[in-house]
Amino acid sequence: MQYWRTPLDAARMTGAHGDVVIIADRCKGCGFCVEYCPLDVLVMSREFNRKGYHPPAVVKSGGCVNCNLCEMICPEFAIFSVARPPEAELQRAAAEGGP
Amino acid sequence: MKADPAGVLTGAHYLDGDFACGEGAMAAGCRFVAGYPITPSTEVVERIARRFPLMGGTFIQMEDELASMAAVVGASWTGSKAMTVTSGPGFSLMMENIGLAAMMETPCVVVDVQRGGPSTGLPTMVGQGDVMQARWGSHGDYEVIALTPQSPQEAFDLTIDAFNLAERYRVPVMFLMDECVGHMTERVVIPEPGAIEVVPRALTAKPPAEFEPYRIDGGTIPEFARAGDGYRFHTTGLTHDERGYPVMSAGCQESCVRRLLDKIQGDADRIVRFEEEGTDDADVVVVAYGITARVARLAIEQARRQGVKVGFLRLIVLWPFPEKRIRELAGSVGAFVVPEINYGQIVLEVERCAGGRCDVVSVTHGGGAVHDPAKITGEILAAGAVAA
Amino acid sequence: MSVAKVGTRTDFPAEPPEHPTAPYLRMERIPHVWCPGCGIGTVVQCYATALGRSGVDLDKASVVSGIGCSGRAAGYLKLDGFHTTHGRAIPFATGLKLGRPELQVTVFSGDGDLTGIGGNHFIHAARRNMDLLVILINNFIYGMTGGQNAPTTPLSARSSTMPFGNFEPPFNVPHLAASSGAAYVARWTCLHIRRLTWTLEEAIQRRGFRLVEVIAPCPTLYSRLNKLGTGLDGMSFYHDNAVIRHGADTRELAIDFQKGIVCGKFVDEEKPTFSELMDEHYGRVLGEKYVPMPASGGWQHG
Repeated sequence: MQYWRTPLDAARMTGAHGDVVIIADRCKGCGFCVEYCPLDVLVMSREFNRKGYHPPAVVKSGGCVNCNLCEMICPEFAIFSVARPPEAELQRAAAEGGP
Repeated sequence: MKADPAGVLTGAHYLDGDFACGEGAMAAGCRFVAGYPITPSTEVVERIARRFPLMGGTFIQMEDELASMAAVVGASWTGSKAMTVTSGPGFSLMMENIGLAAMMETPCVVVDVQRGGPSTGLPTMVGQGDVMQARWGSHGDYEVIALTPQSPQEAFDLTIDAFNLAERYRVPVMFLMDECVGHMTERVVIPEPGAIEVVPRALTAKPPAEFEPYRIDGGTIPEFARAGDGYRFHTTGLTHDERGYPVMSAGCQESCVRRLLDKIQGDADRIVRFEEEGTDDADVVVVAYGITARVARLAIEQARRQGVKVGFLRLIVLWPFPEKRIRELAGSVGAFVVPEINYGQIVLEVERCAGGRCDVVSVTHGGGAVHDPAKITGEILAAGAVAA
Repeated sequence: MSVAKVGTRTDFPAEPPEHPTAPYLRMERIPHVWCPGCGIGTVVQCYATALGRSGVDLDKASVVSGIGCSGRAAGYLKLDGFHTTHGRAIPFATGLKLGRPELQVTVFSGDGDLTGIGGNHFIHAARRNMDLLVILINNFIYGMTGGQNAPTTPLSARSSTMPFGNFEPPFNVPHLAASSGAAYVARWTCLHIRRLTWTLEEAIQRRGFRLVEVIAPCPTLYSRLNKLGTGLDGMSFYHDNAVIRHGADTRELAIDFQKGIVCGKFVDEEKPTFSELMDEHYGRVLGEKYVPMPASGGWQHG
């Protein structure tokens, strides 16, 4: 996300981050999530799912802010986001052998 | 289980058939009635509307009969004993959700105080032209139970039986009165609550995790869970599997609908009820129901005085039809005489069961009045002359 | 194991993790019957989310549907669910609510079911202020039967039974509800997922006849017959043409073909429900003699 200036509390604050979970075989390829993801994290993949639709795929690694819009707009219950722990936590977890 | 005293007006009363039916419903534990005004049935709900607030019952006058029947099916799924009341034109509108009740296996009672038809017909005058509609009125294959009282006393007694049968078999039960029985005032004796046996809604004892709304564990009737008890079940008017989920296949149709038929047909011997008199050595047997049974009785007496051996079979439960008994009698009698206030409906069943082994005489009446007993007598005498 | 990154997670179990809405759904029945690009699933998602947030006892919540595409909703929600006859969801729900007054009853159905064949029940339930939440999904057409003209089809729109365009004026659904006496009336499109969810959450907490109309795309029929593109094109139309006017005069909410759609909450009134009126009236007229129906339902259970 682009800011016109660096927020004064940027050092103290951590933005929300999330992981997108796609249940690919439930998808019917409507594209709602891809179109309305506010951070353009998703694209339609070129893969086919079991039903022959193109499910979405995540292209912007680290871009999800866990707003869960994709989860709410998906008519198929095929996508959702989960909160991702702050980066520091992940790094610590990685050092200790993974989350 | 015994009746709730709050609903039982113990004592001897002078009531018309409609009021007696309403009293029977309240005695049976009915606590939800939805209806729409229609002559000659309205007195049933008028009685109930006056007494329900005193016993924890809810009456609602719906916007039409479609809604009335739908509300009754909905209320029954809360475990309430529910009923609606109507006459021919309204009965036609109710067919849609009578089918739903049959498909969802919803216990309920539908009172039809018959008047002359078709269409608006004779609103204030008698008819018996809905007896086939009661059996076949909704589309597709299903079974119902139908009862036909001949007096206000029976309107009371049989209404209780109607509720009990509805609970036992999880079916809509048709209560086929006619305008004469509905508007005829006679002595009605209402017993003590302790002397009235009522069948309560049998709720499943299974925990929700093990419950499926249409699973059969022996027998032919699934266990019932009511809305709001945590079972989170699903039910539908679509062809469904044991979980109550729609399945569109010939196989599921067979298992789903076959059982709706089997649970009644297979137990018909226990459900069928009739009154029989003088049939042992009869040459002619009169088959009648409702008000016509009372008219036929006079005709039978007159015919007997003229030397004809006449038996009488009065149908109390009309559906399922007493096929076995008619078949047996068809082998020993010369003729059945079937008077009814329509142009020949139940006579078709009698003919079917007689299977050509004896004569079957239809004594029709278009409605608006009961038969002239002499007309029935004449038919008995003519049939008796052939048989003798 | 490496740090999981968005888009490159490799630590998913073979079975995907359960969707957050799964506890409210009959997952064994998913995928549902609705077409790709249909908005009904989104409305179910919003309703399930609102239900979860509202804190109502789910064991006491029932959902009743009529017939049609939207009528299938009752079959996917993990509540006591009743898939009834065409048009009769409201009277069925009325019986359910009056039979056991403590139930929280939602009617989930379509425009044709609720305002066409069930139109009479709709206005009478609103008139009585029957305590029902009615979610009416309006896709302007009879979808399940193949795109026939509905009482909501906008003028000039094509349907399979108005192949030269519709010439019958449609219902203005919020106005129909409001003028019949509904206590709560709102409209959103299924693009307004946040506002729809808030509205449903609020409506669940209110009493009386509550109507929430949700405009949803029908790419298979309405959009195809009118050359309006996909479900996504429908959403994009809502994005560009829906305006929010809370408290708008309901007379001004008619929807013209491919014109603006006014959304918002139009009516939110506190007024006694059918049952409250009945209790109050009988209590006053009959005094101590009045025995109300117990909240848990009528007498007699084995």
